[in-house]
Amino acid sequence: MAGIILSPVLAVVSFFVVLRRLSFVGVGVAHSAFGGIALGFLLGISPTLTAIAFAIAVSNAIGYISRHGRLSADTAIGIFFALAMALGVIFIGMSDQYNVDLFGYLFGNILAITGEDLITIALLGGLVLISIFLLFKELLFVSFDREVALVSGIPVAFLDHFFLTILAVSVVISMKIVGIILVSALLVIPGAAASQITDRYIPMIATAIAIALISTVGGLMFSYYADLASGATIVTLSSIIFFILFIVGKFRK
Amino acid sequence: MINHETEVENKKAVFVDLQDVWVSYYKKWVLKSIYLKCYQGEIFGIVGPNGGGKSTLLKVILGLVRPQKGVVNLFGHKPDKHNRLEVGYLPQISKADRSFPVTVLDVVLMGLYNRLGFFKRPGNRSREVAMEMLSEINMADHAGKPFGNLSGGQQQRVHIARALASKPKLLVLDEPSTGVDSVAQEDFYELLVKFRDEMNISVIMVSHDIGVITAHADRIACLNLQIHYHGEPDPCFEPEIMQKLYGKDLNVMVHDSKCVTCFKKHEHND
Repeated sequence: MAGIILSPVLAVVSFFVVLRRLSFVGVGVAHSAFGGIALGFLLGISPTLTAIAFAIAVSNAIGYISRHGRLSADTAIGIFFALAMALGVIFIGMSDQYNVDLFGYLFGNILAITGEDLITIALLGGLVLISIFLLFKELLFVSFDREVALVSGIPVAFLDHFFLTILAVSVVISMKIVGIILVSALLVIPGAAASQITDRYIPMIATAIAIALISTVGGLMFSYYADLASGATIVTLSSIIFFILFIVGKFRK
Repeated sequence: MINHETEVENKKAVFVDLQDVWVSYYKKWVLKSIYLKCYQGEIFGIVGPNGGGKSTLLKVILGLVRPQKGVVNLFGHKPDKHNRLEVGYLPQISKADRSFPVTVLDVVLMGLYNRLGFFKRPGNRSREVAMEMLSEINMADHAGKPFGNLSGGQQQRVHIARALASKPKLLVLDEPSTGVDSVAQEDFYELLVKFRDEMNISVIMVSHDIGVITAHADRIACLNLQIHYHGEPDPCFEPEIMQKLYGKDLNVMVHDSKCVTCFKKHEHND
């Protein structure tokens, strides 16, 4: 169920991640969520909440620094990624709850998803999809040519931060299924795989959604019957789809 | 020269007016005391070496860079979000991603996004306008093709259509000859002249390529931190100005009938 809700979210976000070359930002933001989760455990409040706050703060800080400082985005990511993980380790050390379900957060555990989680995923996922839908043409323009978009009056800086926020939310709501370490894969693979076989954006998004659905649902079923880790199975399956489409794409050209 | 300018001023609207503009980056001046005027209906070329402040000057005109000192007027006002809508901008070709999943029509439609406003999608009306623009550049047949499959010259024409779709008063071009072969360049400049005549728009273009600018611009400015010449194309080739622009070790920069420095060099060799 959660997989079905998340698939379109991840697919649409991955479409822009691939176009805007933000794959590594996705990785950084996902890892920063770890610091947030640890803080949630330490304070005894919902780790999802603190993870979202952490991820949004880190993704926007990455965006801000790479725009205003004399640093490139990947340097900014390198710093925050490590900082958030380090804070996570410190927070865990400070809290007295040992071996809480950290492994589940790191690598994903579909069985740990509660009804409450499901509602959160549906609400936030819906919000992400609706806001992307509403600002789709502006996001597309900025991804295509930032400079021209800026000159023609599109609020480029706002859209950058808006997208980074959406990216952060998507990471957090997906992490229970696939885990922090692996979620960045699903923020890249559907879009990347779809781009191998089509060169128009609407079919590309549709293909990305289909790929995300097949990988999550197929991966979950397979992992259940074969008794494998759910997140890892999903990511492996989506990678296999990517390689197949990569080869198909090569032959068609 | 001052007399000449007042004369032209009386006839035509001033689109761009810079007065004593100074800009610095990291405590280094990149533009010093720039005076520049561009009138309605003219093709204005700015030529100068790389690092001479050409792109900065364009950003100043568009209001994306604020000068430390001086006055900038775009259509008679300080450049901002609103009068920037009247400007069509063409970046250097190489910047656009070739594998970006859009069709030629999609790119032209982007030119209309700022007029549509948030949340709205381009409808049939926008499509009609975009198709009209594509016919103007003789590329209506390519509407459904992936943008990335076009040649550099074709992409540039599509960018022109995109920039003109929102009916701007001024086109701003950054290094228009980069990545475009010479035949396509000729077509491109013919288009510029055509649109200038039909729509009475102005064009401001910057390039390091003197040949291109002098062959196609009505008036030019030679820029290397300061403006060394501002007027009709020919005198920019005075060796003195060329030296200020490109330094003393200048050899052949361009090779056409107007090339004074090159001529001299040939005479020497013969």
